Amino acid sequence: MNVKLRSDTRLDKSPYRFYVLFVLIVVVWVFLYNVIQPFSQWLVFTVCKFQPGSSLGESLAFFFYDVPKILLLLSGMVFAISVIRTFFSPERTRSLLGGKKGAVGNVLASLLGIVTPFCSCSAVPLFIGFVESGIPLGITFSFLISAPIINEVALVMLFGLFGWKVAALYVASGLTIATISGLVIGRLNLEKYVEDFVWQIQAATIGEGEKLTWKDRFERAWGSVKEIVGKVWLYVVIGIAVGAGIHGYVPQDAMAGILGAKTWWSVPAAVLLGIPLYSNAAGIIPIVSALMEKGASLGTVLAFMMSVRGLSLPEVIILRRVLKPPLIAVFIGTVGLAIVLTGYLFNLVL
Amino acid sequence: MMMNVKILGSGCANCQRLEALTKKVIDELGVEAQIDHVRDYAEIMKYPILSTPALVINEKVVASGRIPSENEIKGWLNS
Repeated sequence: MNVKLRSDTRLDKSPYRFYVLFVLIVVVWVFLYNVIQPFSQWLVFTVCKFQPGSSLGESLAFFFYDVPKILLLLSGMVFAISVIRTFFSPERTRSLLGGKKGAVGNVLASLLGIVTPFCSCSAVPLFIGFVESGIPLGITFSFLISAPIINEVALVMLFGLFGWKVAALYVASGLTIATISGLVIGRLNLEKYVEDFVWQIQAATIGEGEKLTWKDRFERAWGSVKEIVGKVWLYVVIGIAVGAGIHGYVPQDAMAGILGAKTWWSVPAAVLLGIPLYSNAAGIIPIVSALMEKGASLGTVLAFMMSVRGLSLPEVIILRRVLKPPLIAVFIGTVGLAIVLTGYLFNLVL
Repeated sequence: MMMNVKILGSGCANCQRLEALTKKVIDELGVEAQIDHVRDYAEIMKYPILSTPALVINEKVVASGRIPSENEIKGWLNS
């Protein structure tokens, strides 16, 4: 009881202190982000006296630059995205999608998939809630495909290691794949392959969700930063360490033969490989990034990333609770095909 | 009065964490409460939620789709 009272009065007195703290953190963040590159160079080449251009020196400089850079980007972006997400609860998204028919609904569902907080463990209640309220199956699928593909961790890693163009391309192709796959699934009239119990559930009516202050939003965003960065930082460090090794030691163009644009089977192979790799996306991207420097092609890399996120085994297993096998097969087939085609398209165009 | 606390969740990692946290807060406050972990989807969907884990106190949903902080849970259990 005492603990509660004390903490409440402290919070009530300090709205200004709260915003001052926030601005201070932003300033420190920007400062750190700008000094890590010169610092990593100075640490490796001046303090530790490695020769610029030596394999070990280049690998170490790469590691000491990329680890803090990605962790800083990750914290900053997860915070920003989490604040945005406090405005889009699944309940709100559902009421925005209500009554939408046809392609407009699919596009809207894919867009809302980016900003609505989603965890694959909630896929079942979300699916039931959507179809129960009369949202067509195809539009529900557009949402369910877009939400995991366009994930904040994957986005930050792509932005940090490949630049904003690749990150934007990734979002655009994720949206396209979710919209088109949802449209196709909607056209096939597969309602009979939804598990029967779903249609029998009497779901409760749902309001618009709770009212939040800016302080609530910041506090929740800070909670997500702690949770997500706490979960992935080790994968990031290991992934960048392996990537740094490849960067310094693997000869130029060694990967062109296996993962290059001219190898026709590299895209489907990347998609298949991506299905069982789910939670390690944070560790995989730095490795893939280093491989790309050595001649792997962008289309193959993006196809791999989308498959890791969009066609994960855990999510398929969870969705099996509400979908009969033929619909699961259509889901995997449509999304897989869409990813493979996108991969080929990028390999052709870029 | 005995409180009725329910955790709605499919058994996911976050649902287990919410259950552990809620138990801890209940023990600390020393309130009398009956805790149930509801895993059946048909049961879960009777509550107005779209995402798990959710916390229900005396049949009222106080949080869904996230793990609330210890202080939030304390506040709900005290009121």
